[in-house]
Amino acid sequence: MSRVYEAQSLLPFVTASTTLASEGPSKIAATHLDFYYGQAQALTDLSLGIPPNLVTAFIGPSGCGKSTFLRTLNRMNDIIPRTRVTGEVRIDGQDIYAPGTDVVALRRKVGMVFQKSNPFPKSIFENVAYGLRVNGLQGNRSELNERVEESLRAAAIWDEVKDRLHQSALSLSGGQQQRLCIARTLAIQPEVVLMDEPASALDPMATQRIEELIFELKKTYTIVIVTHNMQQAARVSDRTAFFWLGRLIEYGPTDRLFTNPQEKLTEDYVTGRFG
Amino acid sequence: MAMRLSNRIRRRAETVIECVLFLCAAGSVLITAGIIAVLVMETAAFLRDVSIVEFLTGTNWTPLFSDKHFGVLPLVAGTALVSAIAMAIALPAGLLSAIYLSEYAPSRVRRVLKPTLELLAGVPTVVYGYFALLFVTPLLQQWIPSLSGFNALAPGLVMGLMILPLVSSLSEDALHAVPDGLREAAFALGSTRMQTTLRVVVPAAVSGIAASFILGISRAIGETMIVAVAAGQQPRLTANPLVPVETMTAYIVQVSLGDTPAGTLEYRTIFAVGMLLFIMTFTLNVVSNWLRQRFKGMYS
Amino acid sequence: MFGDLLLQTMAILIILLALMALGALLVDVFSDGFGRLSWAFLTSFPSRRASDAGIYPALIGTIFVIGLTALVAVPVGIASAIYLEEYGTGGRWSRLIEINIANLAGVPSIIYGLLGLGLFVRTLGFGRSVMAGSGTLALLVLPVVILSTREALRTVPFTIREASYALGATKWQTVWHQVLPVAMPGILTGLIFALSRAIGETAPLITIGALTYVPFAPDGVWSPFTVLPIQIFNWLSRPQAAFAQNASAGIIVLLLVLLGMNAVAITLRDRYRRFRG
Repeated sequence: MSRVYEAQSLLPFVTASTTLASEGPSKIAATHLDFYYGQAQALTDLSLGIPPNLVTAFIGPSGCGKSTFLRTLNRMNDIIPRTRVTGEVRIDGQDIYAPGTDVVALRRKVGMVFQKSNPFPKSIFENVAYGLRVNGLQGNRSELNERVEESLRAAAIWDEVKDRLHQSALSLSGGQQQRLCIARTLAIQPEVVLMDEPASALDPMATQRIEELIFELKKTYTIVIVTHNMQQAARVSDRTAFFWLGRLIEYGPTDRLFTNPQEKLTEDYVTGRFG
Repeated sequence: MAMRLSNRIRRRAETVIECVLFLCAAGSVLITAGIIAVLVMETAAFLRDVSIVEFLTGTNWTPLFSDKHFGVLPLVAGTALVSAIAMAIALPAGLLSAIYLSEYAPSRVRRVLKPTLELLAGVPTVVYGYFALLFVTPLLQQWIPSLSGFNALAPGLVMGLMILPLVSSLSEDALHAVPDGLREAAFALGSTRMQTTLRVVVPAAVSGIAASFILGISRAIGETMIVAVAAGQQPRLTANPLVPVETMTAYIVQVSLGDTPAGTLEYRTIFAVGMLLFIMTFTLNVVSNWLRQRFKGMYS
Repeated sequence: MFGDLLLQTMAILIILLALMALGALLVDVFSDGFGRLSWAFLTSFPSRRASDAGIYPALIGTIFVIGLTALVAVPVGIASAIYLEEYGTGGRWSRLIEINIANLAGVPSIIYGLLGLGLFVRTLGFGRSVMAGSGTLALLVLPVVILSTREALRTVPFTIREASYALGATKWQTVWHQVLPVAMPGILTGLIFALSRAIGETAPLITIGALTYVPFAPDGVWSPFTVLPIQIFNWLSRPQAAFAQNASAGIIVLLLVLLGMNAVAITLRDRYRRFRG
């Protein structure tokens, strides 16, 4: 199975985006993607390739489709009634909207952290262990303990919670809750982590910790982050895509996009003329 | 490989679970089908012996006597009389308390009064029957000496008490759903709270309130034990609330208590009466649901 | 301003009047029946002499019938609610089922009695047994269980489902491990409410022909039976004042059972909340 993945992941970046013609293979490649909520079209003819082990940021004003696009990458939109997708999204070369796709396996591989931290109303330990349990990865007791600790360390929250693993996750502060949600996502060892404005509800200190964490995580994971905070996009990301009314307007290395945008709309947005 | 196999098992299990859940939910449709099948079959058998015209327009109901008549109107009249008395209590009182709870009461008072009122709906109906027969009737007899021991008045009043919380809470929900913008607009035009309530809020919620009224009527028509205990067993075509009457539901109880053999015409009468009762309440419920849906659509 | 005052005064008077009526009912029942309450009243069989009569068979019958009713209606009701709320959203079938359940909830209880008579007693040949009574009551409370469970499921934040799916949980895993535990206090409250209603139901059981005079306790699901409300009704329909007194005492027991159930519901709910934290 994995051999097929590897062969197809050699697809050049160019298939997905004209702006980064010279890059290597994409981890995620969307082509001619359209998305509808009922009758309303939310995404129009999106094509975009996301490179592995980098941080890619989606920016744009509210309602521009950046979160919707993010959620098509692990098919989270499936659970919203009356939505429809056309076009294709390939992850490691495999079309995730092909009939017969195992959505559950897809979501194991493509983890997600949400805008508002949403820990389960259970203990800190159980929050992290849950993903392992439902995927049949819990192993024996000590293996489970080990993996929970590992994940909490990876999310830089271990030291704060190690003495109260069995207390309710809801007793944590907002920033801690969000890092717990990241730990929970890392526990099942995804390859891609999607983050939907992960710091928008947090204070500056907590935000900084999350940003440091993202920087740390990109060594292991492919990260896609939606943000409406342009400084944040500039700080954490390697690639930035600018969305406007459901279309991809511009996509490129973060430095270039912020310093030398090719499109007038992008320039207006990043210089704060609207948004 | 092992991973894929377990995935397949898991997916199979998911499908099986979904099927089981669906069958449970779909089973409720069978209940409706069962009700209709039972009522239709027995009623059809009944109508082979008694013409539908006699059943629906006859004014004499004596299926248990030797001189048998099968005119259901006296039972319908009994039901209508008791229900009318109940609604004369429950509708105005329910609406008024809904207005108070929704528009006037401080939230602290509301939080205490609401569940307390709901207690009224939690009392078993046979207990209300007891109350009507052994408390309300004797009490009323002190003012109305001509009141019989069994009558339509006492059970009607008690039934009104029982239905009050239903009407009140559904009407309150309707008033609550009226957007605050409407109230503010009325206040801004210099209306008092009462003018705002009666001229703006209540009219805006009227279809929701009507839905609660109709559901209340349906509940009154179908109520059994209060009337079976306290209204008597004498089918008669009258509007006099002081004499014994028999409702459709009380008649079904009366026959069920006796030893009428299955398969006889007398036995089938209860299904024919039940069918009529079902059609009446079903129609009212459908209208009530329709009004409520329409109301919901207006403010969402 | 005067109008406001008048409206409020009238509303408060009406509410007070209604509550006073409830108070009068309770005072009347207790003053009539309290003297009859005794251990012997709980453990004796009915008798032609009012002073010897007790509610033992009715009490045991109520426990049998409600227990069996719960055994059927609770799992089926919760499963249906889960299907409608979590699985079949928006489909034509679930729309039909939803309308059907809303309508069933408004069908008078005595009609369920006729259904039970036609279906369980006659067609399936259950006779006038505990089984027939429980089957009838289970059908009666099923819509109530479904509606209240759906309400409870609806209060579970969508974000919890989202988080679970995002971790690669299947639908059922999400429902079982996340949604149901969070909804459980609400579901329990609804269940107790539904079963309280079943305990007080009289008419459908009379219609299926539950006996009004039962000098023995049921010893199995095929046994004939009576229940507390029917025993009360039976005593109410006797002209002698002594039997009316028995009815009052029976009502006290019935109300205490209902009160107890609600206390259990509240305790369970609180305990559940604490364990979850």
